[in-house]
Amino acid sequence: MNEKTMKASRKWQTIFFILLIIGMTLASSAITGFNIIHGIATLPKAGAWILSNLMITQESLERLPTILEKLLETILMSIAATTTGTAVAFFLSLMGSKTTGTKKVFGVFARFVASASRNIPVVAWALILLLSFGQNSVTGYLALFVGSVGFLTRAFIESIDEASQSAVEALRATGATYFQIVFKAVVPQCMPQMISWILFMIETNIRNATLVGILTGTGIGYTFDLYYKTLNYNAVALVTFSIILAVIVIELMSNYIRKVII
Amino acid sequence: MDASTYIKREASGRIAIKMGSKSERVMTWTVTVLIALTIAAFLFFDYTGLDLSKAIPETFYNLKTMFLEPALSHFTWGQAFYQMGVTLGLAFLSTIFGAIIAFFLALMAASNLSKAWISKTVRVIVAFVRAVPTVLWVLIFAIAAGLGSEAAVLGMLFHSIAYLVKAFSEAFEEVDQGILEALRATGANWWHIVVHAVLPSTFTYLLSWTFLRFEINFAVAVAMGAAAGAGGIGFELFMASGFYFDLREVGMITYMILIFAIVLEILSTKMKERYFPAAAKSAN
Amino acid sequence: MPLLQIKDLGKSYNSDAKVLQGLNFEVESGEFLSIIGPSGAGKSTLLRCINRMVEIDEGKVVFDGQEVGKLNKKELRKVRTNIGMIFQHYNLVPRLSVIENVLHGRFGYKTTIQGVLGRFTEAEKEHAFFLLKKLGIEEHAYKRCDQLSGGQQQRVGIARSLIQEPKIVLCDEPIASLDPNASKVIMDHLKSITQELGITCIVNLHQVEIAKSYSDRIIGLNKGGIVFDGPSYRLHRNHTDQIYGTQTQATPEIRELIMV
Ligand SMILES: Nc1ncnc2c1ncn2[C@@H]1O[C@H](COP(=O)(O)OP(=O)(O)O)[C@@H](O)[C@H]1O
Ligand SMILES: [Mg+2]
Repeated sequence: MNEKTMKASRKWQTIFFILLIIGMTLASSAITGFNIIHGIATLPKAGAWILSNLMITQESLERLPTILEKLLETILMSIAATTTGTAVAFFLSLMGSKTTGTKKVFGVFARFVASASRNIPVVAWALILLLSFGQNSVTGYLALFVGSVGFLTRAFIESIDEASQSAVEALRATGATYFQIVFKAVVPQCMPQMISWILFMIETNIRNATLVGILTGTGIGYTFDLYYKTLNYNAVALVTFSIILAVIVIELMSNYIRKVII
Repeated sequence: MDASTYIKREASGRIAIKMGSKSERVMTWTVTVLIALTIAAFLFFDYTGLDLSKAIPETFYNLKTMFLEPALSHFTWGQAFYQMGVTLGLAFLSTIFGAIIAFFLALMAASNLSKAWISKTVRVIVAFVRAVPTVLWVLIFAIAAGLGSEAAVLGMLFHSIAYLVKAFSEAFEEVDQGILEALRATGANWWHIVVHAVLPSTFTYLLSWTFLRFEINFAVAVAMGAAAGAGGIGFELFMASGFYFDLREVGMITYMILIFAIVLEILSTKMKERYFPAAAKSAN
Repeated sequence: MPLLQIKDLGKSYNSDAKVLQGLNFEVESGEFLSIIGPSGAGKSTLLRCINRMVEIDEGKVVFDGQEVGKLNKKELRKVRTNIGMIFQHYNLVPRLSVIENVLHGRFGYKTTIQGVLGRFTEAEKEHAFFLLKKLGIEEHAYKRCDQLSGGQQQRVGIARSLIQEPKIVLCDEPIASLDPNASKVIMDHLKSITQELGITCIVNLHQVEIAKSYSDRIIGLNKGGIVFDGPSYRLHRNHTDQIYGTQTQATPEIRELIMV
């Protein structure tokens, strides 16, 4: 094959790729009833609506104490789901990692649990748990917990695999026990990365908690839904704003911690 | 053994063995605070109507029904696949538009391709957009733009853009500074640099990140169907569990979602391993 | 009774090729023994059979009167506390302080809980400082390990093995990643371990000259078998030719290269 035909085939590949993307976009638009012209046309209208309706007023500020209480509940729920999820994910990742895994079956089991809990969407967990646990914090907590276990297990397995095997070998040779090796050779190496993942999970969980809250009637999501359904848009704005503030503050704190520990 | 002059002692008089570095202290503090907040959380929780002795066996019974006896009863397989198509369509549209818009914003956000103040402004806006949960964007657009798939796509678009701008701009910033300078020296203008240096050397990264976002957007689209009435398989899931209380149908739908999600995950992992094993996890 | 007896030792990783075959030798207490051989000869494997870091396939290893291959988990741990090990790449935990890494040598004497919580007695910590002082790196005790030079890191490795109060120290190419000056410091320390503390040393080396000048005895390994075993002054050119392969028929230039 000469250079000319190679170039031509590269060109055809690019054209094919672009046509494929356009085709899929058209197909997606057709099946979802999405109209891009209409979508763009509504943008200014939507912007104007947001600016004129989503205003924090004096009257909505009176609801601040209730909102803050729910926000606190949501934050604590997200943290608790992350930390308890971390404990479970830690042991699963020990089983799943090549460095610390003892038996193959355990490794397969750990990866299966992680994959299932991660890929079954959080909404499904929320809806399933709502049926038996009812409308309270525990339902929201558990839905976030399951997702956290799945995500963190995958992340931790990667971190542990990356940690150097050599310190493990040295400690094994001194006669150290399995858990001494894990906590003194593996954990010190992975700790910064693990904390970084935990902080990331907390941020994600606070955003997800809003979603889970809408479905299970708990936390800030429920508050939002309530005002939204009663068309109290000033309160909706206040809720949204307080969530933004909380997420940004937590993100800034995590960024600081990450910078120091890594 | 005589006491060494290099020995450091703790307040208790015992010999210290830790370095006492800032990083160690911050890690200890972070862990301590998180544990304390977790305990506080369990004290603070609202336990209304919770009966663990009933809830736990019931959950397992429900899970058993779901996963061992899945069935469709309120709609047909054809409709199920149609709804799955709607969900995938929402995910695809928000990803592709998101990627295109994010590409231009990321060029503005990348510190080596843009002015400092532009880069900073874009980053602050992106952080702000990221802080609002997607479901709130979708619900707000549902009233602001009128219900429909436009609201869902627009709402999901916001987060996709924020996510991809961060990933893309980091990829752009890793482009070899030497290549950029060499091109500038030949008098190439900004667009030439982007088209001939930045795009070719980062294209596979951009593609991988876009695919990864598609994987995320699939899950988001399911969630939006359930929580924000955006339609698709997520809405069917919501109806089956919250309206019909039909666990078998919930099970079948969950299986469908699970299979699609796992296929997407495998594809994106394969892509990551192929194109950028090292950078795969840094920009989450 | 010798401290270490190796009888008909055989080992293969993937059942097909034998890495070690029919090894027989004994090591007395207080000996300084070098094992030399080309890379892939099985030196590392041999050392790892002694403390059973790899499973023993054939024959037996008797250390201090106990057959290593027959021990259960707990007994093996106990035997390992008596065997120090030093590695080419030092194998320290990079993010921890020097003193913590030294104290890791005590885990074999502790319960899991004590180890995980990092409970060390004051006597152990003082001993750790004593060893660091002896090795001349006391002032680095509170530094992060990965901030030290290679030679200093290897000395931390030596301290970690000495705090085990071992009867024998196994060294797997301890100077292969070090420059000549640092190599000399490390070899001198190893030699003094044997001379002053009476601890047996088995050192894998690939520098024949260093092996000859430091050790009492040398074992030459080739393709998993012993081709030389005797006092170091008896090791001659024809032995090294045999150890380092089929070079007897090769041109003299190549032989010269191998001797360097
Ligand atoms: N963990 C292992 N799995 C499979 N083969 C191995 C392993 N370790 C070593 N080998 C093989 O055993 C042989 C001897 O290796 P080694 O003992 O490391 O030799 P040396 O230390 O003398 O260079 C080599 O052929 C090597 O490829
Ligand atoms: Mg070796």
